Amino acid sequence: MKVLVSVKRVVDYNVRIQVKGDGSGVNLDGVKMSMNPFDEIAMEEAVRLKEAGTATEVIAVTIGGDKAEEQLRSALAFGADRAIHVKVDEDIQPLTAARILAAVFEKEQPGLLLTGKQAIDDDNNQTGQMTAALLGRPQATFAGELTVAGDKATVVREVDAGLETLEVDLPAVVTVDLRLNEPRYLKLPDIMKAKRKPVDATTMAELGVEPAPGLTVTKTSPPPARAAGVKVKSVDELVAALKDKGLV
Amino acid sequence: MSKVLVIAQHDDGQLNLSTSRAVNCAAGIGGEIDVLVLSDSGQSIAEAAAQIAGVAKVLVADNAANKDPVAVILAPQIAKLAQDGGYTHVLGPNTTYGKDLMPQVAAILGVAMVTDIMNVHGAHEFDRPIYAGNAVVTVQADASQTLVASVRCASYKTADAGGSAAIEAVTIDAELPTHTRYMGLKKEGGDRPDLQSAPRVVSGGRGVGSEENFKIIYDLADKLGAGVGASRAAVDSGYVPNDMQVGQTGKIIAPELYIAVGISGAIQHLAGIKDAGTIVAINSDEDAPIFEVADFGLVGDLFQVLPELQGKL
Ligand SMILES: Cc1cc2nc3c(=O)[nH]c(=O)nc-3n(C[C@H](O)[C@H](O)[C@H](O)COP(=O)(O)OP(=O)(O)OC[C@H]3O[C@@H](n4cnc5c(N)ncnc54)[C@H](O)[C@@H]3O)c2cc1C
Ligand SMILES: Nc1ncnc2c1ncn2[C@@H]1O[C@H](COP(=O)(O)O)[C@@H](O)[C@H]1O
Repeated sequence: MKVLVSVKRVVDYNVRIQVKGDGSGVNLDGVKMSMNPFDEIAMEEAVRLKEAGTATEVIAVTIGGDKAEEQLRSALAFGADRAIHVKVDEDIQPLTAARILAAVFEKEQPGLLLTGKQAIDDDNNQTGQMTAALLGRPQATFAGELTVAGDKATVVREVDAGLETLEVDLPAVVTVDLRLNEPRYLKLPDIMKAKRKPVDATTMAELGVEPAPGLTVTKTSPPPARAAGVKVKSVDELVAALKDKGLV
Repeated sequence: MSKVLVIAQHDDGQLNLSTSRAVNCAAGIGGEIDVLVLSDSGQSIAEAAAQIAGVAKVLVADNAANKDPVAVILAPQIAKLAQDGGYTHVLGPNTTYGKDLMPQVAAILGVAMVTDIMNVHGAHEFDRPIYAGNAVVTVQADASQTLVASVRCASYKTADAGGSAAIEAVTIDAELPTHTRYMGLKKEGGDRPDLQSAPRVVSGGRGVGSEENFKIIYDLADKLGAGVGASRAAVDSGYVPNDMQVGQTGKIIAPELYIAVGISGAIQHLAGIKDAGTIVAINSDEDAPIFEVADFGLVGDLFQVLPELQGKL
């Protein structure tokens, strides 16, 4: 069984982003970029499936500009066997990403597509679900546990009320949550080895994908600011302040 | 004129409050608001939904296949009804239920989706948060297409009661897959108030130190009648179950009072509490970032502060 993993290049999760003064977006100049943390978890899971003998080949795919190759190299260092770079000039929105992932899926015929549950830049949380819908295949989102047995997978999902279990027929789309695993630390020899692994470049046109309708961003603003607070010196002062506001 | 379909969330035969919040968001869009209940026996849920002020009609699609909330089974029915019914908007909550479901609906309809509406400017113009709420974008959607969206529940109060909408049974003729099977739900929360709707929440972080020590958080919460939350570090360290995580990738909540205990205040955690009324932080590190957003900060050892606080409330 092949496992396909989508990886997105995003602003590193430690960066505190700044909104541009003219409202045209966020300032990305010189900002550290990384693989979306959820996609690292997806990569880790795929590689573990290969190490366990369940997966025969792990393929990483990204959709992005030239620089997104860095994230594909990280995916190869994790242990992907090869990578696919779908080159686009502009940022694409989830439905277009889903069409592309669905096209790659049809071409590669994997048993599983693993995606992150959300990309931490736009926080859309849409692409995996949309891809599953376009493919007409099962979806299990927010996976905290994944077990593959034969032509089925059992997924424990992290939902608001607790842990839900779904059984799906393969091939299926699984979006991964934080507690599925802890991604390994990439070692230098693996990073070196990754440089020699194959990356195939392709385009939307080659995949026969038309861009989907999207949203237009008209303005980017800083979030509503909270009024500055105060430090209280004692529990008594805290209790008095809360009583004063009618909160206790 | 707009015609908005709000997808009702329900658990154990009870209407979830997120439905009412989504109706409140829909009210900002204007036009007719209908609620759709997908269930195997939705009558009592529909009766609850009919009481939400502003709802015109409650549609009940009873089907044995709708017993459990499986997105691949519910989405084709929603898409079909949205098309046949001439709906301009389809809204769901941004709970895990809605996040799982709504993108499926959008993809079936072949339209873009707006995640986490936090403000409505017009029928096709909305604000939504990006980068864990550190920026807000105003987005415009194509008015000629059905608008599918999830509503950021923390941005909307529950709508008033007192409505008396008509309830109508509907049969939706959509082909449903059998490739996905619901095997069950293991609930972790106890009898404490629901984290997402509790007016008061006490959360503990890594500073609490252990599962046993978390008792000090539960005790304060019980004294206040509060729900209990946690940081990711507390969840990952095994102090509490995962459904208690507050933040960008956990629950986004808006209680009137939020007390953060032994939590440093990482941006991912703060993303979950931006709309809290009053934030109290108790932390031994006076430079902890949580103090930048706290209305009332108390520097101190939580193991001394909490028992004293509990005694004085
Ligand atoms: C993709 C991604 C998503 C994430 N999503 C979330 C999310 O949804 N929610 C979330 O919370 N985090 C999330 N995180 C993790 C986040 O970055 C932080 O690591 C986490 O919030 C830290 O938790 P904490 O504050 O409990 O722990 P720490 O940062 O370790 O802070 C512990 C605090 O306790 C204080 N303390 C220690 N002992 C005491 C004492 N005796 N008395 C008083 N104070 C004490 C310390 O001063 C310190 O400030 C995410 C991270 C990533 C990469
Ligand atoms: N441009 C992209 N390239 C590769 N994968 C993507 C891209 N956009 C989204 N994804 C995948 O879809 C997941 C969810 O993204 P989103 O729906 O944008 O929150 C991400 O974690 C990725 O796995």
